[in-house]
Amino acid sequence: MAKHKISRKSTRIDMTAMCDVAFLLLSFFVMTATAKQPEPKPVDTPASTIIDKLPEEGVATITVGDKQVFFTIPRASRRGTLERISQEKGLTFTEKEYKAFEGMDGFGVPLNQLKSLLSKSSAVRNAPGVQIGIPYDTINDQLSDWVKLAREAHKAIYEDQLQTGKINTEEFGKKADLGIAIKGDAKEDFMTVKRIIDILQEQKKNRFFLITGLRNKDF
Amino acid sequence: MAELNTGGGSGDGKKVRSKKSNPGVDLTAMVDLAFLLITFFMLTTTLSKPQSMPLAMPDKNPKDQVIDRTPIPEDRMMTILIGKDNKILWYMGILKTPRIQPTEAAFGKDGIRREILKNTAYAKKFTDKADEGLIVNIKASDAASYKNLVDILDEMAINKVQLYAIGDITPEEVTLLKDKGLY
Repeated sequence: MAKHKISRKSTRIDMTAMCDVAFLLLSFFVMTATAKQPEPKPVDTPASTIIDKLPEEGVATITVGDKQVFFTIPRASRRGTLERISQEKGLTFTEKEYKAFEGMDGFGVPLNQLKSLLSKSSAVRNAPGVQIGIPYDTINDQLSDWVKLAREAHKAIYEDQLQTGKINTEEFGKKADLGIAIKGDAKEDFMTVKRIIDILQEQKKNRFFLITGLRNKDF
Repeated sequence: MAELNTGGGSGDGKKVRSKKSNPGVDLTAMVDLAFLLITFFMLTTTLSKPQSMPLAMPDKNPKDQVIDRTPIPEDRMMTILIGKDNKILWYMGILKTPRIQPTEAAFGKDGIRREILKNTAYAKKFTDKADEGLIVNIKASDAASYKNLVDILDEMAINKVQLYAIGDITPEEVTLLKDKGLY
């Protein structure tokens, strides 16, 4: 009888293909990555079945949670907004503070604390408890100013582009108005959100977005 | 100390042979690193943009409030009141003389969704046009949460309600909610 020979195979495997795939995926993720920005107020949004996506640019976000309000302005309009705030409120900002404001994603402090917030590092800024929210009650309605001036700054950018002929009137009409998205916490009182909606409506901003999570119809 | 083998230094006449190394490089460490980075980027990226629900509110300019008042047929109008503890009270028509008496309901597919479907069928009886249907007025009380509002707006989208709006709750309706223990 012939002897069965156990063939000894090498335990090493060829990893070339695996390496290729890994690096392909890696380059994909590196290129598509937009780093998750730390938020001063993480909120848990309610879910809905609507699958419309939020427009990528030209949308400012109002974050509402624990009765505190935070505002995120699109990067392009940040400088213009702060310039207008400085004019309207008689505050002066240094170049460094403008830069810090441009780099700051969302914020929520009353105007008198803005300067001290801008001097802090971004790690300190987003620590819980540092930012107490923008005042939005009827007596001291700073949120309304921020929204109004952000809209003006956003519009000014597109007016410039219209004058230099970069965009036509039709495009201007579509893009000139800053979109507003409300990102509310699911447990937030309706009255808080209602107050925000009222502030927007006072400025004739009647169309906006509510940021929601996703769920199916079976609930 | 590291020694550099320079070959002919010793001068003993041996030929320097180039060592034939295995052409296969050990890729294990490289693959490890690559996957580590992939994991990092996967977890830190926000690939999906957030979902958003467009909401259009009626114009609230006090000046032209009186001008354009299209009468709403009360046969087709449903009012949804949101009370506390995720409870809903709804009625058809106007509060003083409702077509369907105020009824309590819960959120979800077995609660308000069924009622909306029933009322859509009811409202269809009062119109001939195919594109006309139920008109819903959403009124959330102080006790409601933001989630309740989004849930109701979601129901509007699911049931394809023809027309809906968010209104301000009236004192009479608050009293009604109180009577039912929902405020």
